[in-house]
Amino acid sequence: MTGSKDFVAGIDSNAKRSPRRIVFITRRTSAQVKAESEDQLQTFPEVLFRAAVAIQVLAIVLVWIALFFNAPLEGLADPSHTPNPAKAPWYFLGLQEMLHYFPPVVAGVLVPGLVVMALIVIPYFKVNIEADGLFLKNRGKRLRIFCIVATTLSLFLVLFKVYVALVPTLIVTGTMLLAAQSSSQSPYAFRRYLAARPLSYWVMTWFLVELVVLTMIGTFFRGPGWSLIWPWQGS
Amino acid sequence: MAKTVYQYFEDLQQTSVWRSIFRSGTGSSTLKRALVIQQNVFLHLFSTKVRTRMLSFSATWYLGALTLGTFFILVATGIPLMLYYHPSVPQAYADTKDLQFVVSSGMFLRNLHRWSAHAMVFLVFAHMFKVFYRGAYRPPREFNWVIGVILLLITLLLSYTGYLLPWDQLAYWAITVGSNIASAVPLIGDKIHFLLLGGHAVNANALLRFYVLHCMILPLAAMFFVAIHFWRIRKDGGLYSRSSEPAVLRASAADPSSRKAGERWGTPVETQAPVAPSTVTVKEARP
Repeated sequence: MTGSKDFVAGIDSNAKRSPRRIVFITRRTSAQVKAESEDQLQTFPEVLFRAAVAIQVLAIVLVWIALFFNAPLEGLADPSHTPNPAKAPWYFLGLQEMLHYFPPVVAGVLVPGLVVMALIVIPYFKVNIEADGLFLKNRGKRLRIFCIVATTLSLFLVLFKVYVALVPTLIVTGTMLLAAQSSSQSPYAFRRYLAARPLSYWVMTWFLVELVVLTMIGTFFRGPGWSLIWPWQGS
Repeated sequence: MAKTVYQYFEDLQQTSVWRSIFRSGTGSSTLKRALVIQQNVFLHLFSTKVRTRMLSFSATWYLGALTLGTFFILVATGIPLMLYYHPSVPQAYADTKDLQFVVSSGMFLRNLHRWSAHAMVFLVFAHMFKVFYRGAYRPPREFNWVIGVILLLITLLLSYTGYLLPWDQLAYWAITVGSNIASAVPLIGDKIHFLLLGGHAVNANALLRFYVLHCMILPLAAMFFVAIHFWRIRKDGGLYSRSSEPAVLRASAADPSSRKAGERWGTPVETQAPVAPSTVTVKEARP
């Protein structure tokens, strides 16, 4: 199209008098045709069949577990007799472990709230969509910021004596420093891999490691009075 | 000659009753197979075709399907368990004891329900991390990721509310520890704690509330969001694979050497990816 108008419409736009279907074609746009060159399978029967087989295998495994391992059942609930330790379900033991170090408003409200918020906003940040390697651009500046953040976090954990969370933090920090020294020209595939990891990858991996470590500690290594024990010492 | 079972089934499909129930008709043509999905109120949540590559185990580890599987098992075992259970104190504990020692297969039902619940929590977490590391949260799938986070919270609440129902020491003190966290919320913490438990401590009111949440409200909420979750997979362009993204397709069509950009540690994934066409083509339905 030429001229200043973006589109041309019919002269009579009164739909009741002259019903007509018209198409507006604006400039710089056109009907899009999506390229599709991949092999595809019909959902019915192929995909549904595979899903059914996967679910059946899972069901068989769970039935075997249910046949051989009984669900725990203790004595009648007694509000006057507190077991020691009183533990939450396993998926909350990471939180309970943090309650041991921090005041409830931090460990029980602030941290889980921030985790949920962080999970929700992941896809809404452009930096997570582009997903460039963290240290590939502005390396010096980003490295400085990273060192400040990592040091502050580690000092914070030392201050509250959260050594179980400090160790994974230091491991992830060390791996990130290795990533900062790597590039796509590094001789080892592992270092090339590290160099290409974006910010969200590092944050999520740190979260995953902390989640696993804190949950394991809370589940297996905590006894009476929330003291550290070995798993075989029992409670 | 005697008919086979399959032939009887085919005859059944031709009856007017069957045809009145299932709208898709009979036959095994590509069209009919697509109609089986598209004309069914439940299955139409899914797309009629799926990229072959996304069906390999390594692509998704089938974690979403397995999570759905645990949900099915939990519904199937939860309903019979409800038949033997009164949400009252101390009858709830006696009912649980009866399930263990009196009801036939009661022990098995309870075991399966409990272990499946643990498996579901684990699988939901695993599914979330798998989706994250695949980068499958990227637009246009961002809202489906948010629905996934909601489903994670619903799953945790389902498991947590179910934890109280046996009314034994383990249940009572786990819920006491957990619900005390709610009191830590600034300003309105005690109100939330009271609302959750129907009192200042875990008691009969709390048991009834947790029962209603566990058996009605949360399962309905889960089904609601799971339906949207599945439907959005279809509307957002199917299961995510990086090399099928329009931007990646365009880039690799413009510069074939850029396909190496997707190299992963050890295994260059792009090798099995098809070469993107340099001219846009529309592929017809495969026979």
